Amino acid sequence: MDLFLKAFEYYMDNQSFFWNATRQHLVLSSFAMVISLLIALPIGIWIAKRTGIAQVVINVFNAFRVVPSLAILFLALPYLGLGFFPSLIALTVLAFPPVLINTYAGIRGVDAFIIEAAVGMGMTKTQVMSKIEIPLAIPAIVTGIRIASVEVISSATLASFIGGGGLGDFITRGFALYDVPIMLVGAIPVALLALTSESFWSLFLRRYQIPEN
Amino acid sequence: MNYLVNNFNVVAELFLQHLQLTLAVIFFSLLIGIPLGLLLARIRWLRGPVMSVLGIIYTIPSLSFFVLLIPIFGLGTRPAIVALTAYAQLLLIRNWLVGLTTIEPAVLEAARGMGLNGWQRFWQIEFPLALPMLLAGIRLVALSSIGIGTIAAFINAGGLGVLLFQGVITANYSKIFTGALAVTVLSFAANYFIRYLEQRAEFRIYGKRI
Repeated sequence: MDLFLKAFEYYMDNQSFFWNATRQHLVLSSFAMVISLLIALPIGIWIAKRTGIAQVVINVFNAFRVVPSLAILFLALPYLGLGFFPSLIALTVLAFPPVLINTYAGIRGVDAFIIEAAVGMGMTKTQVMSKIEIPLAIPAIVTGIRIASVEVISSATLASFIGGGGLGDFITRGFALYDVPIMLVGAIPVALLALTSESFWSLFLRRYQIPEN
Repeated sequence: MNYLVNNFNVVAELFLQHLQLTLAVIFFSLLIGIPLGLLLARIRWLRGPVMSVLGIIYTIPSLSFFVLLIPIFGLGTRPAIVALTAYAQLLLIRNWLVGLTTIEPAVLEAARGMGLNGWQRFWQIEFPLALPMLLAGIRLVALSSIGIGTIAAFINAGGLGVLLFQGVITANYSKIFTGALAVTVLSFAANYFIRYLEQRAEFRIYGKRI
């Protein structure tokens, strides 16, 4: 308990530093998510209709998933140097596989009869995609986003090692001084952020229903 | 690449340390996960609460988890094994439970009818039938432990993460490459080895590859 009190004291004495780091953490994570969604969603939708390419792309990304996040983040250093942008790019890359694979799986998983019925009703290809396939794939896509966001929020802590800022700064600073309370000032909020994001998306999934007309 | 050639012994030692850490995590997670999974397979109402607790644990960012364990376990491999084993439970039990609960009731009834007692039913029927799923769970545990195990180098748990952290601190790119390469090789090797075991287990059940 003493440790937590000391951590709280440290927070009280360094409020501006803390909120700055939290903002950096959120900016880094959300930018990474938005960019990777902008790229991975269209690719996922595009390959869903092209089985040949899809097999290759999915296999590559599945293999890519095996590379540890720390390695991906640290490999940004030789190519891109230190700072915010290298961290952002590494995190974007990290969010890629779950979003892409889930989008693909979600659209592929739509029942063929439903599509046939939609075509029979005279819908064009684009209409089938926008009114049938994408809405039905939303639960799978959101699951991908959920997995990716937790991963990105966690890994954004590691960005501190390559100068990306964020709440990881408290962990590295605390470790350098071997001061556990300072480390907790970074560790606890990151854990809370990850849990919040997880519950937010779970709630969204539970609420999401296909409107019945 | 230069670093790997000049310091092959160092890399090999860290590689073995990483492997040891992963094997220890697999061992301890099986020690806890197998009985816990069996319990959950028998007592249905426990599943929801236990799985959500495991889900919450799995969500905690690894670096935070390691830091939170420092006051209790200090630095070194011990907190790393504890954290990785805690993460592993979700992956392991989820798979093990699917394996156990998807066995056809008729098969178990036939075993009972043939006079097999509880232990025999588990050892001769349930375990082999659920083994492919259990191995799939072990594979996920191995991959996540190898990945997160690199971060454990931060709390002095050793392993290939040492190369990554030292490489970043000293701006030694060759060292970063070597660390990343070695850990990726370890991941792929673990993935293919355990997948091979899964296929063997499936072969034993179905008599063909599926």
